[in-house]
Amino acid sequence: MSRVLKILFFALLVKPLVLVIIGLNSRFRHKLPTSGPAVIAANHNSHLDTLVLISLYPLAKIHRLRPVAAADYFLSKNFLAWFSLNIIGIIPIDRKNSNNRDEMLNACHDALDQGDILILFPEGTRGEPEKTSELKKGIYHLIKDRNDTKITPVMIHGLGRSLPRGEALFVPFNCDVVVGDALPKSTTADELINQLSNAYEDLKSHCITLNRD
Amino acid sequence: MQFLAKIPSHSLYAMIIVIGLLSIATIVTIIFKYKNPEKNHTELKQRIISWWWIIGLLFVFLSISKNTAIIFFGFLSFLALKEFISIIPTRHIDRNVLFWVYISIPFQYYWVADSWYGMFIIFIPVYLFLFMPMRMVINGATDGFIKAAGVLHWVAMLTVFSISHIAYLIVLPEKNLNAGPMGLVLFLILMTEFNDVCQYLWGKLLGKDKIIPKVSPNKTWAGFFGGVASITLLSGFIGPTLTPLNTLESFGAGMIISLAGFIGDVVISSVKRDLSIKDSGSLIPGHGGILDRMDSLLYTAPLFFHYLYYLHY
Repeated sequence: MSRVLKILFFALLVKPLVLVIIGLNSRFRHKLPTSGPAVIAANHNSHLDTLVLISLYPLAKIHRLRPVAAADYFLSKNFLAWFSLNIIGIIPIDRKNSNNRDEMLNACHDALDQGDILILFPEGTRGEPEKTSELKKGIYHLIKDRNDTKITPVMIHGLGRSLPRGEALFVPFNCDVVVGDALPKSTTADELINQLSNAYEDLKSHCITLNRD
Repeated sequence: MQFLAKIPSHSLYAMIIVIGLLSIATIVTIIFKYKNPEKNHTELKQRIISWWWIIGLLFVFLSISKNTAIIFFGFLSFLALKEFISIIPTRHIDRNVLFWVYISIPFQYYWVADSWYGMFIIFIPVYLFLFMPMRMVINGATDGFIKAAGVLHWVAMLTVFSISHIAYLIVLPEKNLNAGPMGLVLFLILMTEFNDVCQYLWGKLLGKDKIIPKVSPNKTWAGFFGGVASITLLSGFIGPTLTPLNTLESFGAGMIISLAGFIGDVVISSVKRDLSIKDSGSLIPGHGGILDRMDSLLYTAPLFFHYLYYLHY
């Protein structure tokens, strides 16, 4: 049932809106993982990031896309919780409970074992519009013991202008979505964070909506 | 098929000729691909497919009714505006001013549909231009105020005001009954696009000395003069069939379109060069963004419109 709702929501609302109102400059889309288990690590500036990333996939596959999201925010209100869990298909993560890290990641592992594609925002927060915040290390702990899962970095730029944090007025802007090569296996958290931030820097050079003043 | 019967004969012939030319280009591309299988043809192929989409959408929306054509051009304004403000630097605080530029589009195209010429011609340069700085003052950010105001005005001028001139051609009183209101639009758009192609071809054939190497390394004097001569001549023949212009006036229209098309092209090239980007978007595969395709039209539309308006309305 929720799969049908997700397909309807994306087919009738999100995909047309992304195509017409937002408008994507997508580069290297063919590098997106086509099947799970896989992790997409994107930068985070707007709630629209998640919707845009899922809409890059064909309707037959969108139920495989599972954004990892903060439980304290998305499960806080009844409707938002129902919508996030059933329509978007988020995996809620309890950020406050960091002393129990393995348990926190259990739901992610279950999804990966099923062959899902996880959407992670290593910055952890939407932060300042169009600025990349410090990358968190949770993503390393998720994949360190998994040899079947690769991380694909994705740079999104421009959505923070369309719908920035804390503002209700939506103003259409085109946005860039640049997909990078899957990262090679890393042995430490710092190495992974380094690889990721280098990848983001490189992908940024393909963004055309970036203001180079 | 009923709506085909409503298309005035000269406009219908023009559409058929364009579809014929595009079919020839498609066949040539397929043969070329067959003979040189080792080369990468993706971009050429995308370009041709995109041309079919552009021509197809334009012809269909022009043929259905005046209002669908006006909505179509209004939508192009929206896409062009969105693309323009996405690539140029704007202040974050001016988002709500940009919102009003978007809102100006339905108003501007409503004046067109209403054939209210007086309002159509002053709405952007008087009302919107005076309103935007006021809205910016309410926001209260004075750092970079002048530059931001300049950018916003220019963007509205090119993407809303210029493009709406194409739509106004449709509501002008019919003076060439064989071509109908859509004849003017077809003439403007076809001549503008042929001009792009001719300048490119003449440049490839004979081009040596560059006109403005700092802006566009592909623009040569030979391409420029070749384009102006070809389009002036071609317009002289086509103008009287699609517009109320006589042969002599049509030569003039061709020259205006050719010169203005060149200028529109290099103006948008300068914008992209300033931003160090190659394409303004990726909406039209093989062509780039909507501005990459409409750059010449931003200049040819108002200039052709006012030339025609002065002579015949």
